[in-house]
Amino acid sequence: MIDTFAALAHGMAVAVQPMNLLYALIGVFLGTAVGVLPGIGPALTVALLLPVTYKLDPGGSLIMFAGIYYGGMYGGSTTAILINTPGESASMATALEGNKMAKAGRGGPALATSAIGSFVAGTIATIGLAFLAPWLVDFAVRFGPEDYFALMCVAFVTVSATFGDSPIRGLTSLFIGLTLGLVGIDKLTGQARLAFGVPELLDGVEVTTLAVGLFAVGEALYVASRRHHTEEKLEPVRGSLWMTKEDWKRSWKPWLRGTMFGFPIGALPAGGAEIPTFLSYSTEKRLTKHPEEFGKGAIEGVAGPEAANNASAAGTLVPLLTLGLPTSATAAMMLAGFQQYGLNPGPLLFAERPDLVWGLIASLFIANCMLLVLNLPLVGLWVRLLAIPQPWLYAGILVFATMGTIAAKPSVVELSMLAGFGVLGFLMRRFDFPIAPVVVGLILGPIAESQLRRALAISLGDPMTLLQSPISATLLGVALIALLAPFVLKGLGRFKANED
Amino acid sequence: MSSGDPAQPRRVDRAGIVIAALLAALAAVLVWDSRGLQSTAMYGMGPEAMPVVVATGLALLAIGNFIDAIRGNLPARESADPVPVVLILVGLALLIAIIGFGGGFILATSALFVTTSAAFGRRAVLVDTIIALVMSTLIYLAFDRLLTLSLPAGPLERLL
Repeated sequence: MIDTFAALAHGMAVAVQPMNLLYALIGVFLGTAVGVLPGIGPALTVALLLPVTYKLDPGGSLIMFAGIYYGGMYGGSTTAILINTPGESASMATALEGNKMAKAGRGGPALATSAIGSFVAGTIATIGLAFLAPWLVDFAVRFGPEDYFALMCVAFVTVSATFGDSPIRGLTSLFIGLTLGLVGIDKLTGQARLAFGVPELLDGVEVTTLAVGLFAVGEALYVASRRHHTEEKLEPVRGSLWMTKEDWKRSWKPWLRGTMFGFPIGALPAGGAEIPTFLSYSTEKRLTKHPEEFGKGAIEGVAGPEAANNASAAGTLVPLLTLGLPTSATAAMMLAGFQQYGLNPGPLLFAERPDLVWGLIASLFIANCMLLVLNLPLVGLWVRLLAIPQPWLYAGILVFATMGTIAAKPSVVELSMLAGFGVLGFLMRRFDFPIAPVVVGLILGPIAESQLRRALAISLGDPMTLLQSPISATLLGVALIALLAPFVLKGLGRFKANED
Repeated sequence: MSSGDPAQPRRVDRAGIVIAALLAALAAVLVWDSRGLQSTAMYGMGPEAMPVVVATGLALLAIGNFIDAIRGNLPARESADPVPVVLILVGLALLIAIIGFGGGFILATSALFVTTSAAFGRRAVLVDTIIALVMSTLIYLAFDRLLTLSLPAGPLERLL
């Protein structure tokens, strides 16, 4: 406990250095600006900015990424409220009530409750992160390679199969990612896999190329292909921006309840912010004193899910920092950010670079405060970004998307891969395959493989080592249950449907 | 996810069958590629083991996707307009070609900007071209001078 305070105080001293404050400010500014643009979520925001930062110092740019992450969450809710196009699935619940409020001329209070709720949730969840992380690190130092492998199996299953619409399509996405992770030189034996004699493929598939292709190019192709279906309308912010006393009274409990949903679910390797946001939405709908307003713009329906969304964003940093385990697309991009500097999040990083880790955690508090200021009085500025005509917006997004690749590796092969992943992203959206498992598979696949091979080398090739460690055996059991649960539940559902 | 009405046979989803076939083909490629690898590990797994594991998974998923497609279990799709998609892909192809032949960053990204903008319904090609050239020149200068990252230079960049 005392150690945590000391570490946090030390981290605060790192975070308030003028350069780091500047990085945090740039991060939240860019994150909000890019997050506001429709169709761009926090994951893509980080992916777009990764190649630009690889020459900066690691501590500062990680602080910047965290700012981008949090900023993207704030920005995404602005878009969800004002034009009903959530940039990411976690903002879907916000869009339900928030856009109705905006249409009814209460866009100001909707934006305010989401910004203040995000601040409250983000701050509480970051405190949770600061206290949970050292405890988990103590636990994680005892992990052997077989335990890590088992943990990654849990993450694979929860990210792809357990909570999506279809476990088969989720697993298909994951295995596409795992396949892409195999490309390149095998680190243990130096042999090339799936390179087909192309020298550029020997280094493997670049995470940023995949993410930018899938998210940016894929999204642009998808939106272009169905432009004839929907016309999005920007709701102007009318009336007062400030919340009334009544709004405050109706908001503070949903904020806290949303945080309680968001942080634990985000911190468990349970994948994504969608579940807590929808849990929070349905809870508020049940508990509200104004049930007649739900579906027409109830402030509780914005306050709760927004808080849950931000709390789970902080929650996903717990497994990311302590175990090196990304459980969302954005966390996967953050991990890529660490890897870009040769840093591997995990217990070792806490021991070796406490200044970096605790500086990052402390800077999250600062980023949150900056975001509150940036989002409340300056909301008009961000709204103006939404007025960019769609053709220029997407043309600009594509220019920025390709620019990152051109700056990092200006080769025909790399750019063709970017375009190819764009087509893949388009097809996956069209046929309703989730995108995040591909990115997680690409990043975690090679790590899981090397942990498994290390475990088997230590046990002289005996696969029973996976079951002899109690941690690994438990985790593999959890993974198996999580894999089978959706199939069993579906079977039960069908059984019930036949009974009726 | 709807389990479907068993009394009313749904149409077989052709796209779903193509997806299943592609997954099966990918699994075959993985196995074929892994046969060229030598297992040098004394104990445990060599480099050829993981591709086979992934290929097995892909093959099983191909079967799963095939069953879903036959049952018509795929979610409904809205109609898609192919013209804008092709336009953007042409833009990407132009970008790659211009970079490949040394045309430089400014021309390449401008070509992509104009085609994408046209794909989203703009018809003012000349105005868009001017906007694109100005914007990409500014980006080039910012990257080259401020961030000291090198972007590929062509005839236009050498004039700056």
